[in-house]
Amino acid sequence: MADSVFLAISVLTIGSAIAALEVRSLIYGSISLMGTLGGIAGYFLLLDSPFVAMFQIAVYIGSIAVLILFTVMLVRRQLIFTKVEDPRRRYAGIGLMLIMMVALGAIILSSGIKTIQTDAPPIDFRTIGADFLTYYWPALILMALILASSVVGALTLARREDMEDDQRTN
Amino acid sequence: MTNELIDFVIISIALLAIGIYGVSVKRNAIRMLFAIEIIINAANLNLVAFARFIPNSQGQTFALFSIAIAAAEVAVGLALIIVAYRMYKNVDIAEFRSLKG
Repeated sequence: MADSVFLAISVLTIGSAIAALEVRSLIYGSISLMGTLGGIAGYFLLLDSPFVAMFQIAVYIGSIAVLILFTVMLVRRQLIFTKVEDPRRRYAGIGLMLIMMVALGAIILSSGIKTIQTDAPPIDFRTIGADFLTYYWPALILMALILASSVVGALTLARREDMEDDQRTN
Repeated sequence: MTNELIDFVIISIALLAIGIYGVSVKRNAIRMLFAIEIIINAANLNLVAFARFIPNSQGQTFALFSIAIAAAEVAVGLALIIVAYRMYKNVDIAEFRSLKG
């Protein structure tokens, strides 16, 4: 059975995930998204994976959430606060969500997952580091290239071409 | 360890369903990006949970790769949103009808 810390993190994560999508202001939405990401980091700590939790906090809360917050602030003010959506589509979406939850939940509960228990010691982060540098080194190099090219691509996309160089420095 | 694998998997299913609701209902591009982030996080939670209970280190390795790729995806996605905003003065995806230069 789940303990109280797990339940508290669950309430935080699910509640702020719903708030991130439903709050009227996009700024509060992105702050709620930070709550969800932090809750996931808490789950990683409960799962004895402090290295992944640290990575989650550094990458998601530290960079992605701040990036989203800055992008939201670049958008016009009334676009941040207006919420345009079709009510019929919304009910269909809620129905889809409930069907998905029930169907996937039924599949998972009927499988043998419930009986899985573990007494194994948690995995040391040295093992992960060794994995990265031995078996997965091509993937690590590829990931570095993807990150570099995506940053260059993002900068190229967001660059303003209608602005002269002397305007940009000012 | 008092928490069982099924608890984490159920939380992950709930997050996935919320994310799919967001992607299918919301018309604001930034909010759709939020929903995609929630789905990616549900997947990462599943990876780490199964890695803990099997037990195996590869799930954590894959979760780390996934987090890094998600960072790249968000950077490009936000740049695309900014470009589209500059063109259409809007972030509503229903307004992006002709995505040409």
